[in-house]
Amino acid sequence: MAIRRQSVVLGVLLAPVTLFLGFFFLLPLLIIALYSFLSPGLYGGVEWTFYHWNYGRIFGWADGINEIFEPIYLQILWRSLSFAALTVVLTLILCYPVAFWVSRLSERWRLVFMFLITLPFFSSLIVRLYAWLLILKPTGLFNTALLSLGVISEPLEILYTPTAVVLGMVYVMVPFMFLPLYSAVDNLDRAQVEASLDLGANRVQTFLKVILPQTLPGIMGGAVIVFIPSVGNFVVPDVLGGAKGLMIGNLVEQQFLSARNWPFGSALSMIIMAVVLTVLLISVTRARKAGGHA
Amino acid sequence: MAALLEISAARREFVTPEGGRLAALDGVDLTVGANEFVTLLGPSGCGKTTLLRAISGFEVLDNGTMRLDGMDLTALPPFRRPVNTVFQSYALFGHMTVARNVGYALEVAGVGKASRDAQVAEALEKVGLAGMGGRRPGQLSGGQRQRVALARAIIAKPRLLLLDEPLSALDRNLRQQMQLELKTLQHSLGIAFIFVTHDQEEALTMSDRIVVMRAGRIEQIGSPRDIYRHPKNRFVAEFIGETNLFPVTVDHVAGNIALGRTADGVELQLPATGRSVGEQVTAILRPADFTLGTAGIPGQVTREVYLGSDLYIFVQPKAGGPEIRVIARDGAGAAEGAAVHLAHDPTSVHVLEAA
Ligand SMILES: Nc1ncnc2c1ncn2[C@@H]1O[C@H](COP(=O)(O)OP(=O)(O)OP(=O)(O)O)[C@@H](O)[C@H]1O
Ligand SMILES: [Mg+2]
Repeated sequence: MAIRRQSVVLGVLLAPVTLFLGFFFLLPLLIIALYSFLSPGLYGGVEWTFYHWNYGRIFGWADGINEIFEPIYLQILWRSLSFAALTVVLTLILCYPVAFWVSRLSERWRLVFMFLITLPFFSSLIVRLYAWLLILKPTGLFNTALLSLGVISEPLEILYTPTAVVLGMVYVMVPFMFLPLYSAVDNLDRAQVEASLDLGANRVQTFLKVILPQTLPGIMGGAVIVFIPSVGNFVVPDVLGGAKGLMIGNLVEQQFLSARNWPFGSALSMIIMAVVLTVLLISVTRARKAGGHA
Repeated sequence: MAALLEISAARREFVTPEGGRLAALDGVDLTVGANEFVTLLGPSGCGKTTLLRAISGFEVLDNGTMRLDGMDLTALPPFRRPVNTVFQSYALFGHMTVARNVGYALEVAGVGKASRDAQVAEALEKVGLAGMGGRRPGQLSGGQRQRVALARAIIAKPRLLLLDEPLSALDRNLRQQMQLELKTLQHSLGIAFIFVTHDQEEALTMSDRIVVMRAGRIEQIGSPRDIYRHPKNRFVAEFIGETNLFPVTVDHVAGNIALGRTADGVELQLPATGRSVGEQVTAILRPADFTLGTAGIPGQVTREVYLGSDLYIFVQPKAGGPEIRVIARDGAGAAEGAAVHLAHDPTSVHVLEAA
């Protein structure tokens, strides 16, 4: 009886959020999934006929008449995945040592640092990316500084290259990596670190056997949180990337807004979705395995 | 006894949050013999943990030297010192099994798996945890965790084991059992122990020698009996066990007994050796040093505390002054309000030179 009653209460409490998510999240998702199997209308929209060539175009079984297989889509997918992976690695390298440093600061300086790391959230992403554009362009701050220092004789072509995209994504994603990492590092049991040293483990062994395993949940969390939005990111490559910096998110955007091929855009979206779900699934099962004892 | 650890003039200062300086160790000299059980005892904040951390290498001394087996420890990082610690919080590695925790020192020293497994099994056996190797620390009780911490610290056969209040988190029964086990273990291992405790009873029952500390300094080092019977000063006397302190003036000396009198007029008999008339000294008598009789200090029982076979009573001397604490046999006629006389053996009185 008690259990029944509990589940009724739970149901009532969860109903609003379930309805909201169902209507504004799940429903659009189903629509996209459906559209990805329909044929494109002549002037946008969809024709209600089953049509798997959208995926054929991407993966190579296109009929060659209506739709042509272009390896470029897989290349762009691969590029998106590697850019996202690179962003994860770079933000991790940047944030991991800093997390240790911040956790040792006094209370006051820690708060100051936390404020600084969340400061970007107070202004628009587009504005901040345009600032990067001004910094990186041939006559921008970066090149002018290097030129006047005599380090280079000609401006470096950074803007509209993959480098600029990765740089921009790292910039955008740093706070998302830092926060879970910091929380893991801050929760690190210092007594265990001392116990390891006391038992004869040198600093490298202590890092590998105690510090790393204990901060692994933070690393995994940060990696997932950074990887997922990075794969589908289209704002950063839009502003900073040229043709070579195009990512799958840009393709989706183009299909919906300029090419007006909704089914194809939907198919591309479903691929991003599949990647994200796979990553989440792997990280959740791994976390469950690691925390299996608790 | 050959000196295993020699500490001389150890000094460690901390900067307090208020900006001042605080000497957590203020010129500490200490030698510990091989296979000796030494206990550090003292009030909170007197520097016990700091001293242990300096020995294990986690605090760097500002001054002074530290030698182990004649080898200078000063420049050695913690992981090079043949000293292991049982931490107060146990500090077990939560992400490892009990067996891996226990074998950690061997693992990082590069001992092969087969030999390691054998030694881990042996160590677990020794602390009464045979067969528990597969568990995680989170699945153990407090007492079991304590044993894992102990097994982990002794497996590499350190020359010296440091224990920072290892028993303080355990309940009384488990604690007494662990006290015995620790003592037995220390004998069978042949390792010297430096043991920190707040509990003076624990210190008295377990130690070969007790080091009483106060504010970064050592007040007295001695055997438990020494410390209990012959405290060097009021602080030690009051810190170890219940004590009655009587500031007295020596009234006269006759044979081997001197008579001392407090300002209130309570009269006590002291050993005469070294006493001279008119001298001001402090006489120390433990609660068990008094016997109830017909002669002695007259007074009235104001309060009684039942201890089982014994009775703990507070006696207000007729002459005045602070109450005297006495342990009497139950049934000795010392009910609340009763008039009693407190007799004592002059030779059992310990005299402090200062009043
Ligand atoms: N890292 C530190 N920074 C500043 N002061 C410290 C530090 N560590 C210890 N102290 C101070 O040094 C003194 C001695 O500390 P310590 O931890 O050695 O005391 P303790 O005898 O172990 O006390 P307890 O019985 O409460 O554990 C204390 O006054 C403490 O506040
Ligand atoms: Mg302490």
